[in-house]
Amino acid sequence: MATLTIREALNQAIREELTRDERVFLMGEEVAAYDGAYKVTKGLLAEFGPKRVIDSPITELGFAGLGVGAAMVGLRPIIEFMTFNFSILATDQIINSAAKMLYMSGGQYNIPIVFRGPGGSAFQVSSQHSQAIESWYAYFPGIKVVMPSTPADAKGLLKSAIRDDDPVIFIEQERMYGNKGEVPDDPDFTIPLGVADVKREGTDVTIVARSLMVPVALKAAEKLQEQGVSCEVIDPRTIRPLDIDTIITSVKKTNRVVLAEESHPICGVNAEISSQIMERAFDYLDAPIKRVSGVDVPMPYAKNLENMVVPDVDRIVAAVKEVAYID
Amino acid sequence: MSKQTAEPRTAAAAEDQSSTGVLDDPPVDRKALGKERDTVKEQQKSRIGDLDPEILIDIYRQMLLIRRFEEKAAEVYVAGKIGGFCHLYIGQEAVAVGTISAIRKDDYVITSYREHGHAIAKGMSAESVMAELYGKATGCSKGKGGSMHMFDKEVNFLGGHGIVGGQIPLATGTAFGSKYLGTDQVTLCYFGEAAVNQGAFHESLNMAQLWKLPAIYICENNRYGMGTSLERAMSIHNVAQKGDGYGMASEFVDGMDVLAVREATLRAVERARKDYLPTLLEIRTYRFMGHSMSDPGNYRTRAEIEKYQERDPLKLFMATLKEEKIVDDKALEQIENEVHEQVEAAVKFAEESPFPAPEELYTDVYANPIDPSKK
Amino acid sequence: MASKVIMPKLSPTMEEGQIARWLKKEGDKVSMGEPLAEIDTDKATMEMQALANGVLRKIIINEGESAPLGQLIAVIAGPDEDIASLLSEGAAKPSEPAKAPAPAPAAAQTEPEPEAAPAPAESNGHAKSAAPTSSGRMIVSPLAARMAAEAKIDLRTLQGSGPNGRIIKRDIEAALKTGVAAPASTEATRFQPAAVATASAYRDEPATEMRRTIARRLVTSIGPVPHFFLTTEIEMDRAAEMRKGINALDPDLKISINDIIIKVVANALVQHPGVNASFQDKFIRHYEHADIGVAVAIEDGLITPVIRAADQKTLSQIAGEVRELADRARSRKLKPEEYTGATFSISNLGMFGIDEFTAVINPPEGGILAVGAMTAKPVVRDNEIVIRQMMRVTMSCDHRVIDGATGAKFLQTVKKILENPLYLVV
Repeated sequence: MATLTIREALNQAIREELTRDERVFLMGEEVAAYDGAYKVTKGLLAEFGPKRVIDSPITELGFAGLGVGAAMVGLRPIIEFMTFNFSILATDQIINSAAKMLYMSGGQYNIPIVFRGPGGSAFQVSSQHSQAIESWYAYFPGIKVVMPSTPADAKGLLKSAIRDDDPVIFIEQERMYGNKGEVPDDPDFTIPLGVADVKREGTDVTIVARSLMVPVALKAAEKLQEQGVSCEVIDPRTIRPLDIDTIITSVKKTNRVVLAEESHPICGVNAEISSQIMERAFDYLDAPIKRVSGVDVPMPYAKNLENMVVPDVDRIVAAVKEVAYID
Repeated sequence: MSKQTAEPRTAAAAEDQSSTGVLDDPPVDRKALGKERDTVKEQQKSRIGDLDPEILIDIYRQMLLIRRFEEKAAEVYVAGKIGGFCHLYIGQEAVAVGTISAIRKDDYVITSYREHGHAIAKGMSAESVMAELYGKATGCSKGKGGSMHMFDKEVNFLGGHGIVGGQIPLATGTAFGSKYLGTDQVTLCYFGEAAVNQGAFHESLNMAQLWKLPAIYICENNRYGMGTSLERAMSIHNVAQKGDGYGMASEFVDGMDVLAVREATLRAVERARKDYLPTLLEIRTYRFMGHSMSDPGNYRTRAEIEKYQERDPLKLFMATLKEEKIVDDKALEQIENEVHEQVEAAVKFAEESPFPAPEELYTDVYANPIDPSKK
Repeated sequence: MASKVIMPKLSPTMEEGQIARWLKKEGDKVSMGEPLAEIDTDKATMEMQALANGVLRKIIINEGESAPLGQLIAVIAGPDEDIASLLSEGAAKPSEPAKAPAPAPAAAQTEPEPEAAPAPAESNGHAKSAAPTSSGRMIVSPLAARMAAEAKIDLRTLQGSGPNGRIIKRDIEAALKTGVAAPASTEATRFQPAAVATASAYRDEPATEMRRTIARRLVTSIGPVPHFFLTTEIEMDRAAEMRKGINALDPDLKISINDIIIKVVANALVQHPGVNASFQDKFIRHYEHADIGVAVAIEDGLITPVIRAADQKTLSQIAGEVRELADRARSRKLKPEEYTGATFSISNLGMFGIDEFTAVINPPEGGILAVGAMTAKPVVRDNEIVIRQMMRVTMSCDHRVIDGATGAKFLQTVKKILENPLYLVV
């Protein structure tokens, strides 16, 4: 076990998979000569050369589609979006090409591609560069959507994503790149996609959180423990396919649910999780499911306003108390 | 293509419209048209050179098959046998057949939603294409793709794609793949002139020239993006010229002369195979039918249609072959009969094939399906 | 806002009621909670309270007349309010008896408390007492609803602690804890509270297949409650002496022999839980305490007021209660919870000079003891003929729950204590 940042864990995953499989290549803006806008790809150009690690022009639709085409003829591209905000330009290729190719070709062309990069809220970069759009991608059958919250998860899940034969949207969190944690050294360490992780066990309230909300939820759980409330924190890790069983099992135990996310609440991932819990565990609910989401406004620039948008420990604590009927 | 309704007509245009749905103005000068046609034919004859007659006859047979296939498709579409959109290729046969006659079987072809012709030219059976139109399990995409999404991995036919221009970045990717893997496979990428206005076209040409990728971008300029003529949609009407913006080799080709198409493609293929260099070909062609089966085509004049019909690539090539004594009437009749049988067999096959089984609905969504409940 | 007054359900078995007396006349102002009328039910004369403020505008059912449950019997409204539509509505269709907790109309009305049919699997068979929330709709979390159903807890007995009075998990857990009750199927040794606050707690044990077969077969033989009878003769001299002694201590106590029998039977019942039991089709209900029904003859019938937890009460308490309840029974002033839900009954016809008789069980009780007159008789004691005060008792047993030997052992205990009342204090 080594203690790594999420940034280093991702770098290790890419490096190991580039080493392991010649068909894997990395393309994106500033991934090579600049060593990555967020330094996730640091040192990879030096190690693997310009054939495998390729700086692309700022042409998201183009290089996303190029990646899909390359995947059609046997390559396994890792396409980095400098941030997922820019993936919006590439959605035609991600959704209409990558997600649907296997189906509309009657099973002939699968697309083994990873679209990765940071997503979610950033620090004071206002509306266009600070947003969580995972629910867009999770909406579409044919795509898998992964959001890690720890260095070990980041590494294990990214390696699985690269080895997976389907298109995977892999959304990292810019604010979390420096978070540290233990990561297994085994170069074959992977974490299967579609498996949720219980980050903390508890008995009174289930908190489902992903990405940035996981450490926030864990802090909230700690605070609540001091007040005698035992929270179970579940990180689905993969949004699609969603490991709803693990969530349901927990809900049946605790009977109360708080769903935390940075994204807007409307049509968000937690709206879906909430609905599935209601469908599958209605008779186990002792309180209405409570969502804690990003405020339903574009991200403001001013620090104080920005702080109001992203859910924090206090908001999760308040939601837990509400569902646990604690004044 | 997702746009279903034609450009709204002006009242004046609607009044001018004849019963055939085509504008009558200006009057047709048949004499002038005949003269133009003869010029084209002479050029075509000069291209025969020492080409193997077998190849020539095969090219003719392919064009005829596509023509008859599309006529049949129109017939069964009208009869309600097939649904959805149906974009016919009649009039443009020389493009698909001419270009594909210039590549190898393991080269890649990727195109738009007007792809029945390319599919057949690339070597897919008329049966599997017709069955796909019928939405049958034996279709080339198992009935899941339909008219706009035909695929055949066996012959490296990478699909018809439904979003205008969407296939152009994909083709750039397959060309990237050839170079990355060190093969000499080239990619032919087809699109209409209207797709040239999409960002995907420009982004792709930039990357292809920047990274020297073996892609041949083939603009089938049939002069209309659905109901909008290129003059109404493009600031520079010369598509080939747009290659200059990226420093890419480009060529203007007469799409009614199948041999001209073939020659230009051969030049592009050589560039691609030898030096991983891309080419932009603007092939000027014409579709004789509407944009799709639901398009009345009332944005074109009779004179314009007749002009191109005079140069019908199929008739033109047949006349050339006859005049050059490569085929006689008897041989032509035999080809016609064989093609007729082939198309009838395709329809019979499609008619008799089963629809996809209900459980097929859920297959092919993921190559590695994950059921978290079975973890 | 005009409000309908309907014939309320005032006893568990009531199907119609008779207006004994209107306590207000048309035109009188009435306020919520004020007595409005006295109603004769099948068991008692009950007071009906007004559930709305206003003026008693119209009496529809006059004194001495009867009406089925739910029928419009009067209208309370503002002094000048138009009540024509309400009246025509009442005339057009006799209201149906309320079946389910219907949403309350805007104004309060004499909505009968919904009463579940005696369906043991779903309800404990006791009257419901807790009030619904102010909106008239019970708010329960899905989990609490399920837990209550599984534990057979009547949600209407609970007060929700969640927002808007929502009944939540912790309310059910509290009910399970404080009520010494738990799902009978899982914890047979614990008792759960009865819905009538004063009634005995009980625990339900699943009826075995054999027990159910016995029940089925016996019923086909002699009616729904298969009786059998056990008779014994008890020497009552010491009991009589004790009575005399107690009454000598305080003449106001006025302990009767019957009071002593009640106490002894109650004590014997808690020693023989197999008798202090009730057959409930799928399970046998065992009661924690002995709630003794005492048959009281009244003018045109019979009623059995209940001495709750007689096993825990002193003789003087029992005597006082019996007297008070019997008095009110005769004047038909008993409340339903005072004459329902006994675990065992005693019928004494000794004062009528009856030596011996059999009594009919009051279902779902498991038995009834028929007590004859106490008479001086010659008996053999130590090979000598002596005179003793003898009393014959016959116990009717519900064979579905009590077998011969079970009943006999119980009766043996009754006899032993009555013959040696010191056992009461041992």
